[in-house]
Amino acid sequence: MRSSQTLKAETTAAARSAAPVRPSGGALSGGAARGRAPKPRRSPRQRGEARAGYLFLLPWFVGLVGLVLGPMIVSAYLSFTEYDLFHDPVWVGLDNYRTMFTDDPRYLQSLRVTFTYVLASVPLRLAVALGLALLMNRAVRGMSFYRAVLYLPSLLGGSVAIAVLWRQLFGGEGAVNQILALVGIDGPSWISSPDTSLLTIIVLAVWQFGSPMVIFLAGLRQIPQEVLEAATVDGAGAVRRFFSVVLPLLTPLVFFNVIMQTIVAFQAFTPSYIISNGTGGPVDSTLFYTLYLYIKGFSEFEMGYASAMAWVLVAIIAVFTAVNFLGARRWVFYGDQS
Amino acid sequence: MTAPAALRRADPQRARAARARPSKPPTKRSTPLRTIAWHGLMVLICVVSIYPLLWMARSSVVPETEIFSSPSVVPSGIDLSNFPAGWVANPPGFGQFMLNSFVICVGAVLGNLIACTLAAYAFARLRFPLKGLWFTVMLGTMMLPGHVTLIPQYALFSAIDWVGTYLPLIVPKFLATDAFFIFLLVQFMRGIPRELDEAAEIDGAGRWRTFRSVMLPLTVPALATTAVFTFIWTYEDFLGPLIYLSDLNDYPVPLGLRMFVNAMGNSSYGQLFAMSLVSLLPVFITFLLFQRKLIQGIATTGLKG
Repeated sequence: MRSSQTLKAETTAAARSAAPVRPSGGALSGGAARGRAPKPRRSPRQRGEARAGYLFLLPWFVGLVGLVLGPMIVSAYLSFTEYDLFHDPVWVGLDNYRTMFTDDPRYLQSLRVTFTYVLASVPLRLAVALGLALLMNRAVRGMSFYRAVLYLPSLLGGSVAIAVLWRQLFGGEGAVNQILALVGIDGPSWISSPDTSLLTIIVLAVWQFGSPMVIFLAGLRQIPQEVLEAATVDGAGAVRRFFSVVLPLLTPLVFFNVIMQTIVAFQAFTPSYIISNGTGGPVDSTLFYTLYLYIKGFSEFEMGYASAMAWVLVAIIAVFTAVNFLGARRWVFYGDQS
Repeated sequence: MTAPAALRRADPQRARAARARPSKPPTKRSTPLRTIAWHGLMVLICVVSIYPLLWMARSSVVPETEIFSSPSVVPSGIDLSNFPAGWVANPPGFGQFMLNSFVICVGAVLGNLIACTLAAYAFARLRFPLKGLWFTVMLGTMMLPGHVTLIPQYALFSAIDWVGTYLPLIVPKFLATDAFFIFLLVQFMRGIPRELDEAAEIDGAGRWRTFRSVMLPLTVPALATTAVFTFIWTYEDFLGPLIYLSDLNDYPVPLGLRMFVNAMGNSSYGQLFAMSLVSLLPVFITFLLFQRKLIQGIATTGLKG
């Protein structure tokens, strides 16, 4: 992916407890630079070290070539073919890609569903996570208990059991409607109505705010007390401190979370599969991209088409990530800028 | 792109000192009343947040008619009969599903521990040509949607007759395909003082010996994080087993639960909730035992959780 270089710096920032104020450069780039330093002549010792390095990496290399790079090349090739696993692939040129965008309404629907899901669930989830992290950033006894409880949904939320539960929770007579009935609202059958079924999956995604919340909380802990004190001395009130000090210092983390959560959200599969019983219904209203890819590849055995879909997904994610990085210059603040 | 005024004015020397020791969260002006209000709010948020889980737990122990007649989480009575009934309702039963999940998880955890640690040691400590390039490639694979490799991998595993076995779910872990954990371990190993392995080398230990006797014991906390996350993600994985397994007797818990839904879906909600709850238990227990580790893992690497 074209962005991995920059992302590397990003991930490092998060890795070091995501210190919002960080020294320029990083452990990672330092290590990489060491590896690349020109060494015209290698001593036997260095050669031994190089050999050891590649030996330790051997399993990873086998996996990289056999299970990642190799399959990537094959799937790029398959995307230009008709392939059903049992017969040899037949070259069809750009047909798969053309069909996708001009002759497959279900595909376009899956794009619509997925974009709606990503654009709604990622900002909402991060907003809830950030809000709660700010609320919880106190040295009070019991904090870690609350943090653990709130983190729990994000650990369980991706499972089949929770998706099963969601079906019942938002069913016609489910708990959500029971609660609404208490205040006199007659709720619809959320799951079986095409207008609301996607909404229930978005709610499920937002409910899993725990992991970004934990990351934000760790970031808030890293903000030096001195900086906040300096702001107070300068006469900044709580609101001003938040917008002028805390939020700018958190932006690298927000950015990191936006990138990661977007990538993950584009690949959401289990909830839509379970909630719609593997169909994407009702009326394709929960036909997620990956669910449609699965249906095409593994139910209809159009594996060439499914490969093409996978590559378009990569392109979409790459574009989203690139746009995020371009936009980031406008709002992400790094401590080493002056 | 203006730096906040306060920060610009802050003395760099002081800022650096502050970086060294993480600051305590603000403690100022917390009157008892405020603290109580805060606790009240937090309890409320927690209850709302885990309401779905509580509702599920309650629904597994009450008579069918009660489930959908009130949104309460307090059961009128406790009737545990759904658990044994659901456990065996669908042959081969949840005992078998649990066992299958356990087998897959043990394989996956072992694979990740071994292969990712080896790769991480090379990236963290050894110097070799093209290291920077490979490290970038490794990070790149972290971002790559798995769906790109899904179909060729399936074709490959099908060609060598591995479809219908656990091998496609386990063997890739022994080839360090979960780059996330390599990254996690590299970060951790970089934090271990170099003097320690240098001392071992001066004492005549080879690379392997240094790795095994010095690095490995010091990396145990990160290995635990790796094991716990691998377990949870493998246990919850749905797509992998869905694609590769077709025999009921081989099903892990997620597939078993889905089959249960299809078979009993509209006839026995109590059992459905009971079995859903049971299927969450291994993850929940792991969470209780390793809560601190999980949260640290999330906070320090930004792992998806």
